[in-house]
Amino acid sequence: MQTKELTISAEKNRKRLMEVVYNAKAGHIGGDLSCLNVLTALYAEVMNISPALKDSPLRDRFILSKGHCVESLYVVLESKGFLKPEVLDTLGQFDSILSGHPTIDVEGIEVNSGALGHGLSIGVGMAIAAKMNKESWRTFVLMGDGEQGEGSIYEAAMAGNQYKLDNLVAIIDRNHLQISGNTEDVMAINDITARWGAFGWDVVTMNGDDMQSIVDTFANIDYTNGKPHLIISETTKGKGVSFMENIASWHHGVPTEEQYLQAVKEIEERIATLEA
Amino acid sequence: MKACRKSFTETLLELAKKDDQIVAVTTDARGSVTLGDFAKELPAQFVECGIAEQDAVGIAAGLAHSGKKTFVCGPACFYVARSLEQVKVDLAYSKNPAKILGVSGGVAYGALGATHHSLHDIAVLRCFPGMNICLPCDARQTEKLVKFLVDFPEPAYVRVGRAAVPDVYEDDNFTFEIGKAYTLLEGNDLTIIGAGETVYHCLEAGKQLAAKGIHARVLDMSWIKPCDEEAVRKAAAETGKIITVEEHSKFGGLGAMVCEILSENPVPVRILGIPDENAVHGTNKEIFHHYGLDAEGIVKAAENF
Repeated sequence: MQTKELTISAEKNRKRLMEVVYNAKAGHIGGDLSCLNVLTALYAEVMNISPALKDSPLRDRFILSKGHCVESLYVVLESKGFLKPEVLDTLGQFDSILSGHPTIDVEGIEVNSGALGHGLSIGVGMAIAAKMNKESWRTFVLMGDGEQGEGSIYEAAMAGNQYKLDNLVAIIDRNHLQISGNTEDVMAINDITARWGAFGWDVVTMNGDDMQSIVDTFANIDYTNGKPHLIISETTKGKGVSFMENIASWHHGVPTEEQYLQAVKEIEERIATLEA
Repeated sequence: MKACRKSFTETLLELAKKDDQIVAVTTDARGSVTLGDFAKELPAQFVECGIAEQDAVGIAAGLAHSGKKTFVCGPACFYVARSLEQVKVDLAYSKNPAKILGVSGGVAYGALGATHHSLHDIAVLRCFPGMNICLPCDARQTEKLVKFLVDFPEPAYVRVGRAAVPDVYEDDNFTFEIGKAYTLLEGNDLTIIGAGETVYHCLEAGKQLAAKGIHARVLDMSWIKPCDEEAVRKAAAETGKIITVEEHSKFGGLGAMVCEILSENPVPVRILGIPDENAVHGTNKEIFHHYGLDAEGIVKAAENF
C-alpha cells in the first residue's frame, strides 16, 4: 500500500474510532489516537496477518501491552476483517463480548492484556519459540510511555538481549503524557535511547504521527542483526483532533455531541484533501 | 522415599527427550528445582530467565501460546507472590496452558522464614477462573501427574515440597485422574482429608486410629481444583464429621474449601493448618509437629473431636 493510501486508512480508522468511543461513552481516546497510525501500518503493511492466517503458526504476532488503547485496535481489526461492524457497535453495552481491554474472545487478539508491563515478556516467550522452531515469523509489542514505569519491562528487556531476539520488535508510543500529566513530571523516563541501548537493544526513533516515517522505519529493521528492536514512536496524544492534542485529561474522556461532530468534521476534511 | 521435585524433573526429562516441544523455564533455580540434568542434556529446550519470576511466567505464557509444552519451575513462594499477576492474567485469564512447578512449597524451606513460605497459594489461585491446582502427595503420583500435564490444554499450578517424602502409593497400580479424590483407607467414624505432603500423615493417623478402634476414612485430595466435591459430600453424609489437614493457612485453603462445599448440608469440620501467624522457625518436620499436622497431631485431633 502507498503511504498516501495508508494515511487515508489511518484517517478513516480515526473517524470510526471517534464514532465508537462516542457511542460507547467510554475509551482511552488520547492514547488511542496517538498509536492509531502505527496500528494501521502494522496491520495493513508491516505484519503478515489476516483473518485467513489467524491460526497459522507462521503468522506474525501482535501484543497490545498498553491494553487500555483497545478501541484503536478494535477499529483496526474491523478494517482488517477480524471484527464485524455490528459487533464493534456493541462496545460499552451490557454483556458485549468487547471489553475495555483486549481479550482473546475477539478474533485476531492473541492475549488478554490491560495490566501494564506484561506484554514484552509474553513477546519474548513468543520470539524464543520462533527461534526454537527456526521459523521466521516476528513478534510486535506496543507499549505506552507511562507504562515504562513497570519494572517487569526491564526483566523482559534483559531476556530479549540474552536470547538475541532480532525477531522481536517493541514499540513505545512516546506521546509524553500519562494520566496524571507529563511523563517526565510523574516519573522521568529520561533518555529512552540510552536506557534501552544499555540493555543491548537496537533502538531507533521515528515520527509516529507521520506515515512515511513509520513505513520507512519498519522497512529498515534488520531482522538478522542478533539484537531485539525498540522503536521509539514519537507521537502526539490526541493526534488528529485539534482540541484533544497534548491535553492529558483526554487520556480517557468522551466527547460531547458538539465535540464529536467537530472531530469528525476535522477528520473528514483531511480525508477529502488527501483524496483530492 | 523420594522428593516429589526429583520425580517431577526426572519424568519431565524422560518425556522431553522424546518430545522436543517440551520446554522447561526457570529463574536461577535449576539447582533447587533439580533441573540441572535437563539443562545439561536438553539445552535447546531449556530457558533460563535469571532471577525474574514475572518475566519467567510471561515468557512461559508466550512459549505456551506458541505451542510449546511449557513448564515454568522455581520456588513456590515467589511464583505465587512476585509473579501472581502474570499467573492471573497471562496464564489463567489468557488461557495459556503453561504449567507452574512450585517447589519447596508450604513450609518446606522451614527456618528460612516467611519470605520463603507459601501458605496462601491455594487460597489465591483457587479464585482464578481457568487455573488448575494439584498438590501431589508422593513420587509415584507426581510421575503420573507430569505425564498427564504434558498434553493438558489448560494452565496448572503444581506445588511440591523439598525433602524426600515417604510413599503413599507403594506401586504404580493406581489411577490418577484430574479432579478425583482417592480413598486410601475405608471407614465410617470420621473422614480425614489431606493434600500434598499431609496425605501421608493422614494415612498414618488413620492406621493408628484403626488400631484404637476408630475407623477413619482417609481421602487423598491432591487435586484441589478441580475438586472432587462429590467425594466430600459422600464423606460428610457417611461419616458425619471431617478433619482437614493442610500445609497452608487455615484461611482459604483445603479446610475452607470443604466447608464451602458442605455449607448447605453441614457437618462438623475441624481444620488443621497454619494459624494466622508467621510460621515458627524450624525444620518442616518440626513445624508440622508444632501445628499438629503430623500423624500424632491428627490422631489427637480425631480423639478430641
